[in-house]
Amino acid sequence: MKWLGDGTVDRLRANMQVPDLSGTRYRAIRFLASGGMAEIWLAEDTVLKRNVALKVLDANDSPDLASRLLREAHILAALEHPGIVPIHDAGTLADGRVFYCMKYVEGLRLDDFLTRVPALADRLRLLLRIAEPLAFAHSRGIIHRDLKPENVMVGPFGEVLIMDWGLGKAFEKSAEASIGAPALAALRDTPERMIELITNHGSVLGTPGYMAPEQWQGEVARMDQRTDVYGLGAILSFMTSDDRQSETRVPRPISAISSKAMHSDPSRRYSSVEAFTADITKYLADSPVSAYRESLLERLARVFNRHRTAVILIAVYLLMRLLFILFSRR
Amino acid sequence: MRSPAQSGNFPVTRHSIVLAMRSDDPAQRSRATEALAAAYWKPLYKYVRLKWDLSQEDAQDFTQEFLLRLIEKDFLESFDPAKARLRTFMRTCADRLYLNQVRDARRQKRNDGTAIPLDFDEAEQEFAKRKQPASPETYFEKECVRHLLSLAVERLRAKCESSGKTVHFKIFHDYDLDHEADTAPSYSTLAAKYQLPATDVTNYLAWARREFRACVLQQLREMSATDEEFRREAKSILGIDPK
Repeated sequence: MKWLGDGTVDRLRANMQVPDLSGTRYRAIRFLASGGMAEIWLAEDTVLKRNVALKVLDANDSPDLASRLLREAHILAALEHPGIVPIHDAGTLADGRVFYCMKYVEGLRLDDFLTRVPALADRLRLLLRIAEPLAFAHSRGIIHRDLKPENVMVGPFGEVLIMDWGLGKAFEKSAEASIGAPALAALRDTPERMIELITNHGSVLGTPGYMAPEQWQGEVARMDQRTDVYGLGAILSFMTSDDRQSETRVPRPISAISSKAMHSDPSRRYSSVEAFTADITKYLADSPVSAYRESLLERLARVFNRHRTAVILIAVYLLMRLLFILFSRR
Repeated sequence: MRSPAQSGNFPVTRHSIVLAMRSDDPAQRSRATEALAAAYWKPLYKYVRLKWDLSQEDAQDFTQEFLLRLIEKDFLESFDPAKARLRTFMRTCADRLYLNQVRDARRQKRNDGTAIPLDFDEAEQEFAKRKQPASPETYFEKECVRHLLSLAVERLRAKCESSGKTVHFKIFHDYDLDHEADTAPSYSTLAAKYQLPATDVTNYLAWARREFRACVLQQLREMSATDEEFRREAKSILGIDPK
């Protein structure tokens, strides 16, 4: 029997993990990350001479997982937006594993990127950009259902991309018009799929803390764009509770926006991503937000902050006028 | 009885090897036992050499005794997959057997002529190549992985020979096995050596690696008590999820 030295054992073990890319145009470069059902590899597209990312299913004999990965590929193909990673190719490898090929995004996950963004206002502007591709997906009738900082990438030029659409779902009729009936059929939750989503791995698929109540309760009929609004609210909460943030106290309007977005009753959340971002935008512009009723004092303080120069000029003018009157009487 | 080293024909199914060993079918039971012995004898031999500092002869006798008990007795009756991995159980049983023998001072060789053909010389040569392990238990774990891969290489070799794909195996051997450092021959070197186009080298190597992966998983399944343990082991040892 052949003696295998330590170096050979290590090499063989490493080779076991490399996807078999024979017969494809790709050449594996290195492992990038691992998810719940698949791993992501950096590969070279040998025809176009560029780096791409390959998402390869862990198993080769699981039809459920294969269909879920293909469903994700269908969603990416249906959603062409600068904030959604573009897909180039999909298929089955020689070893039977399903894969798809997408743009290789060099950048940082949102949770890591936030160390570079201490100011609350900058973080809120970043959140607005995260919301853009989401609003686009909703306009096409698709929801993400797994929003969390780990699924948001920020590229080297500040571009924001929403990743991992594996739990995506078509939620309304408009989806048929926008992405076509065949693709839509692959994205709808069938009873079988919901069983898979709920019982696979012994729990609901999604991420605790970012998952809306209707999702962890498995209430398919109640899931719509407001399920993602909950996720956005959870990301807002993460952004503001992070101790690397420069502001020590979270402003009340921001807390209120986050609470409204994460309300346990979907009907009491923002009705859409646009309504959510409208409140964020208002806050950034020092305007009142719909989620928070200000006291008179807070309103005065906000007006003062907003029109600080004018208020100071008027105050100075009145003071001068008063002094003038007082001195002219003497 | 066939040599455990040659026993690569245990019918791999979704059923565990432990269930097969408890089967009412003597043939099924025998094949499962042989497969189990083949998978574990060498790591166990090296382990007792290190752990109990046994001489070559004593370690050989002990390994024989252990395997014969494994074959003759309902050895795995007390095994509970929920409590331990099969290889941990095997190692613990070996420890227990040794301590019992010492306690009873009855470490007598079997003189009934019963012996399993095992290549102890080869095991001894490999044992001599060991580096200082952190502990005998760590060494045992490492040797189990090495033996798993070695058995899978033999499976692949047999498969290639029986299907007329010896060149596939040679390329795999040259590129993945036959060098310790990072000095693999280039594809063009191999293409010249075996008089093939370079693209064929790529395809042959990919085929052999794919088959090797299947051989490893097949072998690992035989070394695992249950499907759950098999998946767990595949993930921890090989970093893959066979599902």
